[in-house]
Amino acid sequence: MYGKGLKPLSIATVVMVALSLSLVFFYAPLDGDQGFIQKIFYLHVPLAIVALVGFVAGGAFAILHLRTNDRKWDAYSYVSIHLSVIFGVAVLITGAIWAKASWGHWWVWNEPTLVSFLIVFLLYATYYPFRYAIEDRDRQARYASVFAVTAGAFVPLNFMAVRMAQSLVHPRTFATAEGGMPGEMMLTFLCSLVAMGLLWTTLVKFELTAKSASGQVKRLRRALDAPAAGGSSRIAPEVS
Amino acid sequence: MTPSRTAFAAILAKDLRSELRTLQSLPAMALFAVTTFVIFRFGLDRTSLSGSLASGVLWATLLFAAVLGINRLFVSEREEGGFDAIRLAPIDRSVLFAAKVAALLVYLGTLQLITVPIFAIFFLDDAAGLGPLVVVLLLTDLGLAATGTLISSMAVNSRARDLLVPLVLLPLSVPLMIAATGATEPLLALGGPSYHRFGTWLMVLGLYDLIFGLVGYAVFDFLLED
Repeated sequence: MYGKGLKPLSIATVVMVALSLSLVFFYAPLDGDQGFIQKIFYLHVPLAIVALVGFVAGGAFAILHLRTNDRKWDAYSYVSIHLSVIFGVAVLITGAIWAKASWGHWWVWNEPTLVSFLIVFLLYATYYPFRYAIEDRDRQARYASVFAVTAGAFVPLNFMAVRMAQSLVHPRTFATAEGGMPGEMMLTFLCSLVAMGLLWTTLVKFELTAKSASGQVKRLRRALDAPAAGGSSRIAPEVS
Repeated sequence: MTPSRTAFAAILAKDLRSELRTLQSLPAMALFAVTTFVIFRFGLDRTSLSGSLASGVLWATLLFAAVLGINRLFVSEREEGGFDAIRLAPIDRSVLFAAKVAALLVYLGTLQLITVPIFAIFFLDDAAGLGPLVVVLLLTDLGLAATGTLISSMAVNSRARDLLVPLVLLPLSVPLMIAATGATEPLLALGGPSYHRFGTWLMVLGLYDLIFGLVGYAVFDFLLED
């Protein structure tokens, strides 16, 4: 069921990622201040935006799970958070590389956006031990949803608090006094954003499909009285 | 159906009475805090503190001491069957959340009533900042009580209960600590308290309290279903 539309979505993602990468390297102009290293911006910022939207989407799916009590939404919430955490690792690494290149240090504490992202990432990293600590499947799903809702509300609040605590040294890419970035850069950026969004969606769909397939195999094996192959994950929700 | 106010008062009175008779959380929290002050004295090698260092030491200690109490908040409910009793009782389940937040507020308030004066005696040159600090303490306690109650009620039903509270609560309380230390720092500054951005930080604390109070109140129902 989840596999439907996976192929066109995958093709669209590959095309879009290829297009945005070629725009990044061949079309977007070199930045006057930072030169070539500024191009990591087209990877770093879209990844961060998609990861944060994914975290909030995980919270929204969790609300649906709590309201309808349908286990499907718990799987959606789990997969969204799972992939956003993976994207989050990439955001922190690309952020560190960019910081090293443009400020000379791998980590810059008075840079509010990166620090906020780290805090959000640390909170969501506890999602796995949290799920792992609860054995009963129903209760695990329900508690995980409560966690996802709470953490989803935490994301904007945290960004506000960290930003207020610090001076602004982050490049304000969209609203500067000189009127923001040139059109070519903006177009490339938007293309990258769409590409990363598609990549995230495809991976979410892919993981859900894989979970649903292995759930079906397990049910068939049970029907045949065959022993289950391999151990199943204790924290990932099962999808029917 | 029992009116919520009666149920709230009954649960809160039960909690406070059992804490008063067993004294299982508060003395440990206070002792932990005072010992931590002593460790900071040697760790930082300072005999007096001011400004950001003072507010950092104070809040780190209070936060970790609070974690001790939050860990034990629902232990009696779990071990003595209190959850079942609440589920059987004809009351609104959210009342348990409100009563536990109130009980935790009382614990944290008492803890600070004991440890903050000790902190002032140990480290502060002048205690003029302690008056306005009360407002910061109250607002931060409210936020800690809301998130702490929520996390504690989940952790107590898990396998790794003592591990889960610090693990999840610490990242969740980062914005709270940013605002609390931001407001406390100028109050404890060398040469008398000042009120640099005091109102802004109080607003952040209030916003945190409001959001997590509402979230906790809204989702607590789902934690009691079984």
